[in-house]
Amino acid sequence: MSSIAPEFRLSRFVASLTDLIFWVIVIFTLIGLPIVFILLFYIKLPVIDDKLLTPYLALTWLADPSRTLPIIKSLMHTDFFRITTFPGFGFAALLAAGTIYIERKLLAKMQLRVGPLYCGKIEGILQLMGDGLKLISKEIIIPAKADKPIFWVAPLLFVGTAAAFISLIPVAPGWVVADLDVGLLAVFAVIGFFPIITILSSWSANSKFPFIGGIRALHQMVSFEIPLILSLLGIVILTGTLNLTEIVESQQHYWWIIFMPIGAIVFFTTILAELERIPFDLPEAESEIVAGWLTEFSGMMYGLVQLGSYLKLYAFAALFTILFLGGWNGPMIWPPFPQEIITEGIKMGPITMHVPGLPLLDQEMLNGTLWFTIKTIGVILVILLPRGVFPRIRIDLLLHTGWYKLIGLSFVNIFIALALVYAGVLGPGGLIQ
Amino acid sequence: MTTSLPPGIQLEKADDRIMTLNVGPQHPGSGHMRLIIKVDGDYIVSCDPDPGYVHRGEEKMAEYRNYIQNIPHLERPVIHDSCNILYPYCLAVEDLLGIEVPERAKYIRVIASELNRCVYTLYWLAIYGIFLGHSTMFMWPMGDREFCIDLLEAMSGARVTHAYFVPGGVRNDVPANFEDRCLRQIDYFEKRLKQYEDIFYQNPVLKQRTEGTGVLSRIDAIRLGTTGSVLRSAGVDFDVRKKEPYDVYDNLDFQTQVLKEGDSYARSRVPYLDMLESCRIIKDALKKMPKSGSVRTKLKPNPKGGNEEAYRRVESGRGSLGMYVVSDGKPEPYRVKISVGSFRNLICMPYLLKGEKLGNMPAVYWSLNYWPVEADR
Repeated sequence: MSSIAPEFRLSRFVASLTDLIFWVIVIFTLIGLPIVFILLFYIKLPVIDDKLLTPYLALTWLADPSRTLPIIKSLMHTDFFRITTFPGFGFAALLAAGTIYIERKLLAKMQLRVGPLYCGKIEGILQLMGDGLKLISKEIIIPAKADKPIFWVAPLLFVGTAAAFISLIPVAPGWVVADLDVGLLAVFAVIGFFPIITILSSWSANSKFPFIGGIRALHQMVSFEIPLILSLLGIVILTGTLNLTEIVESQQHYWWIIFMPIGAIVFFTTILAELERIPFDLPEAESEIVAGWLTEFSGMMYGLVQLGSYLKLYAFAALFTILFLGGWNGPMIWPPFPQEIITEGIKMGPITMHVPGLPLLDQEMLNGTLWFTIKTIGVILVILLPRGVFPRIRIDLLLHTGWYKLIGLSFVNIFIALALVYAGVLGPGGLIQ
Repeated sequence: MTTSLPPGIQLEKADDRIMTLNVGPQHPGSGHMRLIIKVDGDYIVSCDPDPGYVHRGEEKMAEYRNYIQNIPHLERPVIHDSCNILYPYCLAVEDLLGIEVPERAKYIRVIASELNRCVYTLYWLAIYGIFLGHSTMFMWPMGDREFCIDLLEAMSGARVTHAYFVPGGVRNDVPANFEDRCLRQIDYFEKRLKQYEDIFYQNPVLKQRTEGTGVLSRIDAIRLGTTGSVLRSAGVDFDVRKKEPYDVYDNLDFQTQVLKEGDSYARSRVPYLDMLESCRIIKDALKKMPKSGSVRTKLKPNPKGGNEEAYRRVESGRGSLGMYVVSDGKPEPYRVKISVGSFRNLICMPYLLKGEKLGNMPAVYWSLNYWPVEADR
């Protein structure tokens, strides 16, 4: 008599449960609590019931759950929350993860496949998590003659630069990590870092295929950055500002894509090139140069570069939304809720628990976020589509496209913008406001 | 101090403009071979194909097995085209042993051979698509291959390595409702093939990329001894099925597909047009096939040939494929020489790649319709 599964024993089951509980408690005390404490020391804590909330007092939410909401409320006012969670990294990473899943399923449907199916039972929804676990558990191999410090730091720099890009994106009115007056210039500055990181990592790997891939990436990014910047100048001329929030606010009645379709097309093409997506995925062309500048990355270093590139994808799609599709502007579709819930809170439950309100979550912000997300996902889908239709372009055709066609078209776009301003149709004091 | 190097090996100089790339054998764009490519910037200055990684000694193995035992292992060099690689062997052995093949078996052989040509060409096309970065063109042919594989499975019982052809006919008859099923599936298959035109062959990016790259002129194609689709794409009207008809090809209605350009695009298009032509051949053969009859001539248990030799060739998915079988009166052949189209087409690769950009390497390399395993045998 043989069986694959061992026989069920209650004692073993209980032992494994207690084991699990033990490790959860140990990890929470040794890692979780110190992190919570360190974070709380850096946050300006509120005064609740005439008492300054100290980190020690903050932990009393464990005993008194009604203290939770004020703490969350005060947390949401901090820069820390903005950077890590909502308009910043967490929101972007969530959308990026969704993008990876959607890309795989969408591409599969286009190619008469099913895509990820098994992991997570429902349509392979946990596939990404499985891939992440696999990447984490893999060994990181560094080439023997690599320039090790730079090689190690390149993926981190890549993710960091992508995160810096995300911090400039306004998601809803007032919800932006860094609301700069020169927001668009800052975007150009951040984009300028990507080729440097690419060439650093490919050079430091000290291998032939990454080197060729890095040189290709450099060619591609540098030659497409010029049309990228030029295609956005039209909007700067029309709005007279570089502040991304103000650019969004200028599109309350009409989107810039109506007046500048050429600029939008040029910008979209340069997005594809900057993101190294098909048909412009020359730096990673696997049949020619293995995996291009990613060849020597292994394990989670590769995972970090992938994370960075999907964050970059989100950031570019969001930038397109902000500049051409009106950002968070849109008709109010979020269901209204009573004002007293926000200010007073809710009384509920058999023991009449009082939950205080959250004045931050107003209807306008939720509606703006919804519209922004819908538009961004739409742009992302359009960015994903060419992968199922086009083969890879050749390097000389790529450079030809960048230098001849796109730069020419972006100048046409600038002339259109200038004509609109000088004819008095748009711009400060124009006919259409 | 300079260490002495083995003869023929030269160290790369540090100030050398030329960089040597070992494309393969562990490279996503090489197949089971190595290309030693030297690049100056993005231009290929020399290319040295280095096959031989999957040499399995099929020819030597054939000398130790008798004529029937040779069948399953002789198809191993191209398992995706196994009917076509067994075809010349069966024809040659039939010549040696003096066997007559029943009429119905000849038609079944033609149908199986054309179906297998489609299977091989779709596999090749899938890899051509992924080499160019077109992932949809990888998935579609791989999926549509199943139509032909299903039909071949119904005929022979195996999905890939059929071992269906035997000297004296085919191993077994087709199932009862085969004609209807085959017609239905081939009709649908043709409809699918028409869609490839839209997504792949008329794709502007693909045309930009492959037109005018790796141009092989008509004279060079003949001089370098190319065959099959490479030869036909350079404007030479040569098809073994037309020029030296074997079995019943002279009864069937089909045309040879010839293009004039001789570039990668034409080379990739000729096999596709051949597939459409194969569908015509299959339909025609189904119409003209005798509805009943024997499909295999019985052989003696251990047949022996006289002191003679035979050479027969057929048109396979990669061009003319010949088998030269020598008999010395024993049950085993004295010598079996396989002359394959892949190896002939490989010869022109260094000439085509010289001066091309590195990005054109996969487009030119795989358009040669080269199958590394078959070339090594």
